[in-house]
Amino acid sequence: MSGIKEHNVAISTTQRKSVHKSKSSDWTVRKPKMSKLSLKENIWGYIFIAPWIIGFLGLTLGPLLFSLVTSFTDYNVTSQMNFTGFDNYKRMFTVDPLFWTSLYNTVYFVVFSVPLTTAGAVIVAMLLNQKMKGIKVFRTIYYLPAVLSGVAVYFLWMQLLSPSTGLVNTVLAWFGIDGPAWLFEPEWTKPALVMMKMWSVGGGMLLYLAVMQGVPKAMYEAAELDGAGSIRKFFHITLPMITPIIFFDMVTSTIGAFQIFQEAYVMTDSGEGGPSNSLLFYNLHMWNNAFEIFNMGYASAMAWVLFIIVMILTFLHFKFSKKWVYYESGDHK
Amino acid sequence: MSNSVIGSKKKRMTKKTLIYLILIGGSLIILSPVWWMIATSLKTPQEIAQYPPSFWPDSFRFSNYLETWQTAPFTRWTLNTLLISALSTIGSVLANAFIAYGFAVIKFKGRNLLFGIVMATMLIPGFVTLVPQYIIFAKIGWVNTYLPLIVPSFLGSAFFIFLIRQFMRTIPKDMVEAAKMDGANHFQIWWQIILPQIKPALITVAIFSFNGSWNDLLGPLLYLNDENLYTLQIGLQTFKGTVSTQWNYLMAMSTTVLLPIILLFFYFQRYFIEGSNLTGGQKF
Repeated sequence: MSGIKEHNVAISTTQRKSVHKSKSSDWTVRKPKMSKLSLKENIWGYIFIAPWIIGFLGLTLGPLLFSLVTSFTDYNVTSQMNFTGFDNYKRMFTVDPLFWTSLYNTVYFVVFSVPLTTAGAVIVAMLLNQKMKGIKVFRTIYYLPAVLSGVAVYFLWMQLLSPSTGLVNTVLAWFGIDGPAWLFEPEWTKPALVMMKMWSVGGGMLLYLAVMQGVPKAMYEAAELDGAGSIRKFFHITLPMITPIIFFDMVTSTIGAFQIFQEAYVMTDSGEGGPSNSLLFYNLHMWNNAFEIFNMGYASAMAWVLFIIVMILTFLHFKFSKKWVYYESGDHK
Repeated sequence: MSNSVIGSKKKRMTKKTLIYLILIGGSLIILSPVWWMIATSLKTPQEIAQYPPSFWPDSFRFSNYLETWQTAPFTRWTLNTLLISALSTIGSVLANAFIAYGFAVIKFKGRNLLFGIVMATMLIPGFVTLVPQYIIFAKIGWVNTYLPLIVPSFLGSAFFIFLIRQFMRTIPKDMVEAAKMDGANHFQIWWQIILPQIKPALITVAIFSFNGSWNDLLGPLLYLNDENLYTLQIGLQTFKGTVSTQWNYLMAMSTTVLLPIILLFFYFQRYFIEGSNLTGGQKF
């Protein structure tokens, strides 16, 4: 793209003296015409990204600002908006015990599900990064749960986790373990959901596999000549090479895990929050406030607190990434 | 010398066997829930209640499927879901390819800044804008219509823009330049030259969008009140209210809802994988 402009500049400067009037060649375009060309390019550019701009303003930035304003009001759809200052925020932190419950549940879920699914995905990718017969079949099988989602899958897991006749406890019984009542026992509801998430680690696996396959063979061969075993090769070659993806995966899956909603909504009978509110996640609480009791002002305040929490976490992720993420092109670590 | 070679060969063989065993074990763990769903969907209520549960249904009660289908307007819900998924998939493919072309091929003022914003929007939790979006759609009278579920697809999504842009950047620039020399405008270049070359990326986006649309519960839950407008996801959720714990019916319907996605997956496997490869090599 930039080639054409540079070309223009070069030619127009060499030909500056002789006024060239030939119409046949575009290469004689002078400065004023050139800016016309780039003006045209600018217009084209904005035409092409126009849908995104409309979406960004109408569905992201606008709503974001709107909810900021709403968070300082008692808006409930039907009534007028009354400005109530920091009341919603005060109520959240001091009056509403369910706010803290929901935040605790969500953080619990994030803290366990994100590292476990990340580590699981790396391990599975390692296993599948082999030159063996039938490896493609295994890749397909491991990836399958990642495409299965929605209500059907949550129903399936409710059945699998059924205390007496579910598959999970049946298998545990083979090993003499008396499985818990999972979704009916407050201490076991969240581990159950983490387990469900683990089932679909194959989704992340593909990302790692793609990168692992891109690691130059020569690096491993050199390491082998130096007598490095599988474990050393993993920690000294593979792991550093995939740190950028681990980072990417951690950032996006942290944001994703903070937004857990559908699972809990379906598995707790339309958002009741499960036994002792143990599955009342942040977004479920926000949802109940917004669409069950139409407390839009309060829900908007919750949305902004979530936004700030996620932004801080993302910032921290980026800040600490310099310590452990390895970029080939830059200076090490 | 030869001893050590044989030794390492042996070692490699045991390593391979070990990996096979782990992989097979893992596959069983992954596939058994799917089998459990199918098996349960074919059992009688009595057999489901019995302890210990059976892995293989005593009698294959296929009538569960038919009975389920007749208890609720599933045909209607399936058609609704197909309509919404198809329209938002078309919107998603066209819009994201269009927008991505702007970011990948055209050089305009503010491009890098705006693309930075596109990427940054991926970091905004969707729930933050959920309430205000609902209020906006309610104000313009779109609640209880399919518009809130379809129109946003025509306005692009950050991840897909990024994915297609990555793909477009692998196309040699000379092709675009040559077309420009021939007097083609950007719209023609986009449609006639670029789109045919990025078919794999477009198929990937199409599959992901369709999958997302098909599995979406949140949108229909928020915007659809009329049972006639329901999609399969929200229909299935409502259906649980009517059959409560009749797991044979619930699993029969769950299997039916997941079946198209499973078929799509096996047919288009390569594109699922391609999508990950495209984004995988990137530094965040």
